[in-house]
Amino acid sequence: MKRRTLVTGVGKGLLAAGISGLLVTSALSADPIKIGVVEHKTGPLAGGEVVTHTPNIELWVSQVNARGGLKVDGEQRMVEIVRYDDKTDPAEHIKAVQRLATQDEVDFMLSPYGTGFNIAAAPIYAKYNYPLIAVSAITDKIPELAKRFPNMFFTLGTTTGFVEGVRDTLTKMRDAGAIGNKIAMVNVADAFGIELADKARPILTEAGFEIVYDKSYPLGTPDISPVVKGAKASKPDAFVAWSYPPDTFAITEQAIIEDFDVKAFYTAVATCFPAYAGKFGSKINGSLGAGGVNPDTPAMQEYRKAHKEVTGKDADYWASATYYASLQILEQAIEGVGKVDRAATIDYIKNNSFDTVLGAISFDENNNSERYWSVGQWRDGVFRAVADVGMGDSVAAVAKEGWN
Amino acid sequence: MDILISGLLLGGTYALMAMGLNLQYGVARIMNLANGEMLVLGGLSAFWLFTASAVSPLLTAIIIAPLSFIGNWLIYRYLLLPLVRRSKNQGQLEVDSILATFGMSFALVGVMVSIHGEYFTYSYLADPLSVFGSTVALNRAVAFVAAVAIGGALYFWLNRTYAGTAVRAVSVSAEASGLVGINVDRISAFAFALGGAVTAIGGTLISTFITLDASIGVLFTMKALIIIIMGGVGDIRGAIIAALILGLVETAVATIVDPGLTLASAYVIFLAVLLFRPQGLFGRRTT
Repeated sequence: MKRRTLVTGVGKGLLAAGISGLLVTSALSADPIKIGVVEHKTGPLAGGEVVTHTPNIELWVSQVNARGGLKVDGEQRMVEIVRYDDKTDPAEHIKAVQRLATQDEVDFMLSPYGTGFNIAAAPIYAKYNYPLIAVSAITDKIPELAKRFPNMFFTLGTTTGFVEGVRDTLTKMRDAGAIGNKIAMVNVADAFGIELADKARPILTEAGFEIVYDKSYPLGTPDISPVVKGAKASKPDAFVAWSYPPDTFAITEQAIIEDFDVKAFYTAVATCFPAYAGKFGSKINGSLGAGGVNPDTPAMQEYRKAHKEVTGKDADYWASATYYASLQILEQAIEGVGKVDRAATIDYIKNNSFDTVLGAISFDENNNSERYWSVGQWRDGVFRAVADVGMGDSVAAVAKEGWN
Repeated sequence: MDILISGLLLGGTYALMAMGLNLQYGVARIMNLANGEMLVLGGLSAFWLFTASAVSPLLTAIIIAPLSFIGNWLIYRYLLLPLVRRSKNQGQLEVDSILATFGMSFALVGVMVSIHGEYFTYSYLADPLSVFGSTVALNRAVAFVAAVAIGGALYFWLNRTYAGTAVRAVSVSAEASGLVGINVDRISAFAFALGGAVTAIGGTLISTFITLDASIGVLFTMKALIIIIMGGVGDIRGAIIAALILGLVETAVATIVDPGLTLASAYVIFLAVLLFRPQGLFGRRTT
């Protein structure tokens, strides 16, 4: 008797709330949109992924879900992330992507960290028709890749674009009389470092620079001092290191210790990390590096503020914003199509322009967005773009005035 | 002169990496593949205490020493001793301990990723120091001094004290030591714990000049292995000499020939030692 009363009571209550709340109930009961991502939680690339990718996924998901989810099929669907760790191992990575597609049957996937991983995973994305908006993938093979994988999009530029950014920065500084034409160049003996150095040799030489020191060092070198001493002894006007995160830190520290005083000092990956400024403080004022952003646009300021609030960390001054933009593109494409239809989403990305933190982004016939910053310079705690492709808002680089 | 001094400093760094594993492998007979993770854990503590509350890494090294000693003693007592007890011979113990510590290394990486997944990078004593006209980093020089002190203390303790003699006896033959009344389990646990503490101290010092991250431990384990195999398993002198040789050769090759060939040169020496003195520079030939 008691139970029946309770049940009827609840039943009446539900009925009362029922009709007016019908829409709410159906929205709450809608399945979430599942989005898969294979991350490098451990292994050599973990330190980069956790700065550039992970916080942006957290930020984006919290923002999308805070406003009720994505509008699909006339209802609001929350976003749910399915993630795997690949230990920075390509074989594990492929297996996990396959698993996301066939076992978890996720609706969409996010792009992985690292050029090699994007290219390695591209065939599986293509096979199951997932759009792959690659960010941390810099290569000159974009036309070939886009032909083979029509679902693959590129946002962060080409190897040549990056080298040309350095060339243009140095050329302008030379024309302004800040530096001469002697360059000391070193590179890490690993994929990206070797590719950049190979491109840089002819490009810098053609621009009238003389490469007076040109050496590579193995990945994970425990003592970089012979390299920095050698570069310093060659008495260059500019120093360029195509380096990875740990050696970017090591080379800079050694340059400070050696008081390697050049007017243009460039290190590649991780110069844009907040941790770089955290480690060296004001000493790196005037240092050049890969990436850079225009910190002055309202969209960028709003993004950096939200990033700090939601994740508790500062965004890096390069691919962080681009990765966030890739999520915005995916979001706008899904809502633009209005249903979970991956083939239609790919078409939508190809044929539309997107409003992102980087400004308007659209893709050319090679699925490439020719809008990116390529060289940044630390100026009073902010890493400002001093060279770009298609952005048009970078500032002129200034000569570095010692390590103070 | 640059080569000599930079090379010696690098050798000191290598010695810090290798001395701990040498005690663990040479005496406790545990091929500890989680050794690099223990080193990185020391580095993480230094980074964390330095960035959170500006504690000097040198102080961290002193704090971390007893903690890691206790931690490693517990690991030996409760995780590894059962393996030692059930193994019938050295070969089986090696296989078992490799598997167990390999698993442990993943667990430690996971713990460290959850504490701090980014690079452990900070600046401490990154100042120039002039030694005989050659500029070196002060933090490297400090690590070298510490390596000399730790190496010297270990050498003195092993060769001049009663307890040290017992440790050496166990490293020569666990069975025979047991017969003459040495408590092999206790000595092994002590050696393992001491090795872990030395490694963790090394990690705190190394983190002042090498950018570590949670996953980088395996590189240090490999380097340490090369050094102790070159020097002779269980011989602290051998590890130090091998570390110095590696440091000097790598620096000389990087300066005179090409920085790209440092790894190659390290492996050439390693191969040469294996070919001509397979028991290591100071190792005993097995009978």
